[in-house]
Amino acid sequence: MQSKPKVRFRGSEAANGLLMISPTAIYAILLLAAPLGMILVYSFMTDGYLQIIPKFQLCNYFGECHSYKDVNGVLTESQTYKGVWSDPLALTLMWRSLMISMVVTAVTVLLAFPVAYYVSFYVAPSKKSLWLFLITIPFWTSYLIRVFLWKVILGTGGPINFGLLEIGLIQEPITWLLYNVNSVVITLAHAYAPFAILPIFVSLEKIDRSFLEAGRDLGESPFMTFWRVTLPLAMPGVISSVLIVFIPTIGDYVTPSLVGGPEGKMVANLVELNYKKLDNYPLGSALAVSSMALVMAVSLLFLFLNRRFLRGNKR
Amino acid sequence: MKGGWFRGYTIFYLIFLYAPIVLLPIFAFNNATTIAFPLNGFTTIWFSKLWDDPALHQALKNSLIIGCSAAVISTCLGVFASRASSRYAFPFKTPLMGLIMLPLVMPDIILAVALLTVLLGIGMPLSLFTVILGHVLVCTPFSIAILSAAFQSLDQSLEEAAYDLGETPISAFRLVILPLVLPGIISSLLITFTISLDEFIMAFFLAGNENTLPVYIFGQFRFPQNVPVILALGTILVCLSIALLATAEYFRRRGLAKTGGKGTGGFL
Repeated sequence: MQSKPKVRFRGSEAANGLLMISPTAIYAILLLAAPLGMILVYSFMTDGYLQIIPKFQLCNYFGECHSYKDVNGVLTESQTYKGVWSDPLALTLMWRSLMISMVVTAVTVLLAFPVAYYVSFYVAPSKKSLWLFLITIPFWTSYLIRVFLWKVILGTGGPINFGLLEIGLIQEPITWLLYNVNSVVITLAHAYAPFAILPIFVSLEKIDRSFLEAGRDLGESPFMTFWRVTLPLAMPGVISSVLIVFIPTIGDYVTPSLVGGPEGKMVANLVELNYKKLDNYPLGSALAVSSMALVMAVSLLFLFLNRRFLRGNKR
Repeated sequence: MKGGWFRGYTIFYLIFLYAPIVLLPIFAFNNATTIAFPLNGFTTIWFSKLWDDPALHQALKNSLIIGCSAAVISTCLGVFASRASSRYAFPFKTPLMGLIMLPLVMPDIILAVALLTVLLGIGMPLSLFTVILGHVLVCTPFSIAILSAAFQSLDQSLEEAAYDLGETPISAFRLVILPLVLPGIISSLLITFTISLDEFIMAFFLAGNENTLPVYIFGQFRFPQNVPVILALGTILVCLSIALLATAEYFRRRGLAKTGGKGTGGFL
């Protein structure tokens, strides 16, 4: 029992904990928090050729902006470009990315739920690890190659077209499978599947099975037991799956580049263009910040709408 | 328990999950430059072509250097963070852990451009080292996810017993805790290595003129005649990943069995 209100800090539990976590925390602050702050700052700066001019402006977000060039030691306006929220192309891409992520999230989580349910409720406890391992393996193996193979699967010479041609259902290959929003959705839903299954599985595992028996004993049908007992208790897992799929998918670069075609490009492609090809860091940063803000807004709205499930969970 | 309907669905789902991986060796051994059905006979020519591409060898070397470094550094950082979070209560624990775990949900491209901006801002030239910095950031949360399970199932009285028997904190850690969490550490090293080997976006932005294996692969997709060779390479990589993951899973479970923890399975 400590009688003094002020406890000696050195050697205390708090000090030991902070000391222990400091290498990782410092790394994260220097290489994660600081860079994220930096792009926020850059998004208000002015674009110069191969340099950033520290002049505050809002035009990377709204209105028209100028890039500057060093001509004989004098900064002169070189190019004019539109800010993120005034540029129809950027708006289209952000809107499309948002739509794609929402559809991917809905598809992935809906398809994943029965799998998590099966593994949690029907698989023998000793076999659960094996099933989860089988589900996670594809997630860890070369992402690029998996995406490329979706291009093959959905392409004109792929197994789907080949199979349909062989059985005579179609006369010529279907071309609308690839290079559009659909192919991006299918590929992303495949890529993020394990991410959706694991959180749902964990929350299903936590459910006390006697609740379900109680529901049945009180005369509920199996479906109503699921609807009124299992699903609400599994909601925290569903919510984490939704967020863990939704947030990263909006920034996916590889899938839209390989299977998206011109109609399926997403905001990450524009970010890459601004950073690598056009060398316009302020606009690229404004785009990154805007899309993250959009994701955060949608995620918070989603959390708000589901707040009763999360509150019930804390106990 | 039955659940026949769910079982059928889950098996169907697994087929969907494995479809691309099953097609990979089929095309890697197919004797045709175009990746399409119908197949055109068996060949190993694409695998033998892997031997005479110096750019590929350089990329492989770079990826191995990056993978080993990122695995060791992120596992060390993971040990610190997961030990701290499972053993101590301290101020700012939730925000600090939240920040450290953030790369798990952040889009990689945002992390990559943010890091790129800072590195160029402080004038650091892009190299393999900058890729390592990025990969450590991405790998550490996974390392913590694995190691937390190992540290949480650790019985604190074992450590106290070591102190009572006159061990210093360092020797107690080395003699008592380390052997118990060692399987978790090995598992973390293998997983983070696999992640780093496969990571594309960070390397794409931070490697400068260097190539890593995924950056090389992405570049080759532009040349249709090189794709079969890439699929042969992919086949080898997938086999390697599965072997690494299976080993990691073995160690993870052994570790949990050692400390008496109950594994729910899965790395997350």
